[in-house]
Amino acid sequence: MELSRELSPAPCARSDRFLIKMASHGAALSVSKMISPFWGGRLGNTMKVFGTTLTSHRNKSLHTPPPAKYGGRHTVTLIPGDGIGPELLNHVREVFRFSCVPVDFEVVHVNSDVQTEEDINNAITAIRRNGVALKGNIETKHTMPPSVKSRNNLLRTSLDLYANVMHCQSLPGVQTRHKNIDIMIIRENTEGEYSSLEHESVSGVVESLKIITRNNSLRIADYAFRLAREKGRRRVTAVHKANIMKLGDGLFLQCCREVASGYPDITFDSMIVDNTTMQLVSKPQQFDVMVMPNLYGNVVSNVCAGLVGGPGLVPGANYGRDYAVFETATRNTGKSIAGRNIANPTAMLLASCMMLDHLQLYDHASSIRNAVLTTMNETRLHTADIGGQGTTSEVVQSVMRVIQSKGQLTSEL
Amino acid sequence: MAGCAWRSMLSQVVGGAMRRPALSSASFSRGMQTVTLIPGDGIGPEISSSVMKIFEAANAPISWEERNVTAIKGPGGKWMIPPDAKESMDKSKIGLKGPLKTPIAAGHPSMNLLLRKTFDLYANVRPCVSIEGYKTPYTDVDLVTIRENTEGEYSGIEHVIVEGVVQSIKLITEDASRRIAEYAFEYARNNQRSSVTAVHKANIMRMSDGLFLRKCREVAENFKDVRFTEMYLDTVCLNMVQDPTQFDVLVMPNLYGDILSDLCAGLIGGLGVTPSGNIGANGVAIFESVHGTAPDIAGLDMANPTALLLSAVMMLRHMGLHDHGNKIQTACFDTIRDKKVLTKDLGGNSKCSEFTAEICRRIQDLD
Repeated sequence: MELSRELSPAPCARSDRFLIKMASHGAALSVSKMISPFWGGRLGNTMKVFGTTLTSHRNKSLHTPPPAKYGGRHTVTLIPGDGIGPELLNHVREVFRFSCVPVDFEVVHVNSDVQTEEDINNAITAIRRNGVALKGNIETKHTMPPSVKSRNNLLRTSLDLYANVMHCQSLPGVQTRHKNIDIMIIRENTEGEYSSLEHESVSGVVESLKIITRNNSLRIADYAFRLAREKGRRRVTAVHKANIMKLGDGLFLQCCREVASGYPDITFDSMIVDNTTMQLVSKPQQFDVMVMPNLYGNVVSNVCAGLVGGPGLVPGANYGRDYAVFETATRNTGKSIAGRNIANPTAMLLASCMMLDHLQLYDHASSIRNAVLTTMNETRLHTADIGGQGTTSEVVQSVMRVIQSKGQLTSEL
Repeated sequence: MAGCAWRSMLSQVVGGAMRRPALSSASFSRGMQTVTLIPGDGIGPEISSSVMKIFEAANAPISWEERNVTAIKGPGGKWMIPPDAKESMDKSKIGLKGPLKTPIAAGHPSMNLLLRKTFDLYANVRPCVSIEGYKTPYTDVDLVTIRENTEGEYSGIEHVIVEGVVQSIKLITEDASRRIAEYAFEYARNNQRSSVTAVHKANIMRMSDGLFLRKCREVAENFKDVRFTEMYLDTVCLNMVQDPTQFDVLVMPNLYGDILSDLCAGLIGGLGVTPSGNIGANGVAIFESVHGTAPDIAGLDMANPTALLLSAVMMLRHMGLHDHGNKIQTACFDTIRDKKVLTKDLGGNSKCSEFTAEICRRIQDLD
C-alpha cells in the first residue's frame, strides 16, 4: 500500500541524534529475538532476567512509542474528519512544518456520507501501521439507518483505545466563573453505554445494553492510579451510579476499590454522578483525578471543559496498549463554524503537543505548547469562543511568531 | 373564584389529564382543597410544619391530610405503601412530600421508588430559577428540566452474563416517550415557555434515543407555537456551564434527566433551594423537596424549608392558585434577598422558626 507522504524540507539535525537512539533500541530488541529461538529452554532463568533488562526501559513509562520509520522521521496517521477538523489539522501541519518537527502525516479521509465501512477500516489499518494518529471528529448522520454505527466509536473499539485522558486546567488568560481548576479525567473508552448493542424486541420497545466487564474496569482503574502516581496526584475519585445500577456500576466500583488497595499513597473515594455534576458547578476545586465509565465520562468531561473555558481549549488523548489517538477532548464537529476561520485552534494544537510527547519529541512539544500558552495568556489573542476578536489564522501566526522568537536558529544546530 | 373556573375550562380544552380541574366534587368542601401531606423523616416534620404555618398566614385554601409512608408487606408478599396513604392520595390527587429515608438492606425498595410505581409518576419537573440574594457563580438561570421517570436506564434490569461481565438494560418505549414529550410541550404552553429542547445521545444509542427523538419530533408537530430543538447531551452540558440562559425547557430520558436536573440544581445553589414535582397518570401530582433527611440537624430547628416551600408554591400553581403562590414566593425571595434572617445553610444563623416567622410577617405585610 502506498503511503501518501508529505514532501517536506530536509530533516533537521536534531533528528539524527534520535536516529542513533532508536537504532540502539531496535538492536537491543532484535538481539533478544535472536537469542530465544537458538537457546530455547537452555538459558531458562537467565533469559528471563536478561530479557527483562533488555525490555525494561520500554515498559518504564505508561506509553510505548512506536519506532520511528525512515531515517528518524515519524509517520503519523491524520484523519481530517468533518466540520472544523480539516482546517484545524491544516494549521497543525503548518505549525509542524514551520518548527521542523520530524513528523510526516499520512492523510486518510473518512467519508461520513457513505454507509460502507471501507473508509474507516482503511483508517484503522493506517493507525495500526503507524501506531499514532491525530484526528478530527467524524460526523454521525442521523438520516442513516441505525445499523450505521458511529465511526469514531468504531475506531476506538477496534483499536482497543481503552483510556480517554483529559486534563482540564484553568488558564490564566481565559475569563471563567471558576478559578484554579486542575482536574484529570480518565474515562473508560470502549464499553459501558457505548457498546452499540441495541434491539427492538417488540414493536415500540427498544432495549439498549450497557456492558460492564471486570477486565476493562480493572484495566481502566489501574491506568488511572498509575497515571495519578506518575503525575504526583493525591486523590482519585470514582464516579458511578451504583445505588441504581447495582450490578453494573457496582462491579466498576468494586474493581476500582481493588486497584486502590494496591496504591496506599493515593486516597480513593467515590461519588454518585448527579452529586458530582452538582459539586462541579459549585466547587470544582475539590476534584483531583476522576475515573469513570463511558457515559458519565462524556458528561463530566464536557462539564469540566465548559468550566475551564469551552471546547476550543482542551486537548484529549485516547490510549490503548499499542496505539494512541489524539484529538480535542470534547470531540465536537463544529459544523456551524466550519470554514469561517473563527474556530479556536488551541485544543488541536495542544493535542498535537500531547502526540509529540507520546513520540518522545519533548523539545518540540514544549516549544509549541509554550507558544500556544503564551499567545493565550500573555498576548491574549483570543478567538470568538472565549470572547476575543481574533481569527484562527491570526492565532496560528502568533503561535508561529513565538516559536520563531524563542526557538533555536537552524544555523545554530 | 372565577379565575379557577376559567382555568379548568382551559385545561379541558387543552386536553390535559395533566392539569387537574380546580372544581372537583370529591375534594371541594368550603372552597378548601385537600392535599395529602407526607412529612417524611429527619428534618421533614419541621419543614412541613413551617410550610403549613406559612400557608396559614397566606390564607391559602388548603386543608392538609397528614399521612405517613413506610413500606408494608401487602397480601401476596409485594411491598406497598400503607393503604390509608394511598386512599388519601387517590382522593385528593395532590401530594406534598418531605424527604424520605432510603433504607439500606431493609429488604424493600426505596420509598420514592414505591411511590413512583404506585401512582405511575412518569414526569419529574424541576424548574430552576436563580434566587436573588443567594449568590452563585451563575445568575439569570431560568430553565425547567422535565425528566422521564419510569424507564430508561433506571429500569433496574441487570444480569450477570458470565462471571465478570454484567449487562444493564436501558429500556425506551414508544408510549412512555410520547407521554413525556406531550407533557413537556403542554407544560411549555401552559407556562408561557418559548422552546423545548430534547436532550439525547442518538449518535451513539441510535435505536433507543432515536426512538425517543422521533416521538419528540412527532409531538412537536402538534405544538407549532412552541419551538422545538434537539441537542446532544454533551453539548448541553458544555453549554449549560458556560451560558445557562440559552436553555428554556429541557425534556429527556431518565438518566440524562437525573444528571442534568442535579446539574441545574447546582447552578442555582443546590438541593436545599430547588423545588421538584412529579406528575403521574390520572391527574395525580406529588410535589417534593429533593434534599436528604439531614439526620444530623433533625429536631434542632436549623433546617431550611425553602425547597419544600418552593415545591408547595409549584403545587399551588399546578392547582391554579397563582395568586397565593406568587405571594408566598415573593415573600420567600424577599426574605432571602434581605439577608437579615437566614438559616445556616444560606449563610445566616437564624433558626428555622425565625425564618418561617419572617416569611409569615412579609406575607401579612403584602396583604
